[in-house]
Amino acid sequence: MSARSAALAAITLTALAGCVQTELRGTGDLGVIIERAAGRVQIVDTTRETKLGAVEGLGDLSHASVVFSRDGRYAYVFGRDGGLTKVDLLRMRIDVRVVQSGNSIGGAISQDGRLIAAANYTPGGVRVFDAETLELLADIPAAYGDGSQRAKVVGLEDSAGNQFAFSLFEAGQIWVADLSEPRVPKLTKFKDVGRQPYDALVTPDGRYYLAGLFGEDGVAMLDLWHPERGVKRVLAGYGRGEQPLPVYKMPHLEGWAMAGSLAFLPAVGRHEVLVVDTATWREAGRIKVAGQPVFVMARPDGRQVWVNFAFPENEKVQVIDVETQTIVKTLVPGKAVLHMEFTPRGEAVWISARDDSRVLVYDTATLELRSLLLVDNPSGIFFTSRAFRMGL
Amino acid sequence: MSALLFAASLAAAQTVGAARQKELVRLVRQDCGSCHGMTLNGGLGPPLTPQALKQKPAEGLKATILGGRPGTPMPPWGAFMTEAEADWIVNELLKGFPNER
Repeated sequence: MSARSAALAAITLTALAGCVQTELRGTGDLGVIIERAAGRVQIVDTTRETKLGAVEGLGDLSHASVVFSRDGRYAYVFGRDGGLTKVDLLRMRIDVRVVQSGNSIGGAISQDGRLIAAANYTPGGVRVFDAETLELLADIPAAYGDGSQRAKVVGLEDSAGNQFAFSLFEAGQIWVADLSEPRVPKLTKFKDVGRQPYDALVTPDGRYYLAGLFGEDGVAMLDLWHPERGVKRVLAGYGRGEQPLPVYKMPHLEGWAMAGSLAFLPAVGRHEVLVVDTATWREAGRIKVAGQPVFVMARPDGRQVWVNFAFPENEKVQVIDVETQTIVKTLVPGKAVLHMEFTPRGEAVWISARDDSRVLVYDTATLELRSLLLVDNPSGIFFTSRAFRMGL
Repeated sequence: MSALLFAASLAAAQTVGAARQKELVRLVRQDCGSCHGMTLNGGLGPPLTPQALKQKPAEGLKATILGGRPGTPMPPWGAFMTEAEADWIVNELLKGFPNER
């Protein structure tokens, strides 16, 4: 088909779809914002800093996360109630929806974009779906102990070779599933990695899988290039034996706050951001912050790290200057700040303030507010630039 | 429901004003909900539905809310509410927790 006839076909399809969208457009500056109480997502345009429309009927989104198809057209929304919904960002409607478990935490898309994996709490395990149709391809129960118990799965991340790595909360295990044959997953299991892994991330090159531990101070690290070397403990004992502070919301390790060779991670039960040298995997510093950090996210150029906090410090956001490892600004965007997302090249950051029903857009150079959008109880904010990054 | 429990819930309601009740409903749905689910059907934390809690003594639930559960991620909430408010939350959980608005 020529470019011209393809364009005509696209216009015709759009017209048939009821003129939701009347112009051709790309999706590189689109994103979705979760309206957690309403079971709805808002589709937003990060260039014009506006809402374009809403898609309803996504179930319980009280904990929701999103991955994008590699063409940037579809958002896969993982809901708390096990719903997995493929949303068409251009037509602003549901393309396919399945309820794949009783209780889910999130998911990932494979390197080749053909597989969607969902991490489930109930029943504990991972399910893998065809990205186009959401047909179930593989079911991986997170059985441990004598095999009758099933663990909650957390920290599901994609890696090279259509692999997914994930952690078993109660079991203290990390599993790697090779889905090069999607219907026949090959599992490698690592036991005794540490107590209560609660979330994980993968480095942007897909090489290192790091699971944060809740039950002890430390991070379990697996080199996916060399799984035969096993899981190693890094940052062990970072609390130095002090009694941990209460954690009113679990930190998230999504994303990789990395600047040069330094990585920035939330401490658990300490009001600190930990700085790690990724050449040696040793602690390279720690920065005192306003509360229990939840998200610790680097601006895409790595010059700043933005941090939000658990209840009761959840009105604040602190900005760390990476070169000096100091806090340069404490912002108070609003009540119950839940998430932050940088625009693809980081000139702006979008911040959700749940209890104010607002999303605030800050200029990351001036640290000034530049736009405000009204969104009903917003939580996660996800931009299509994630489609091109491993681990997001 | 027993007359005793009803009387207890009435007493708790009397000591927790309507405006504060509204705040507590939001706290439970949103902040407890970040682990237990906004619908309280469970997440990383266990479900807090009447069905899930019916075998558990109210005093123990109150102690868990105020003091947390060491060795688990459940933190103590005693700094953010009174004992009467924790009683009110327990009573409402056992009845089926109210929705916001």
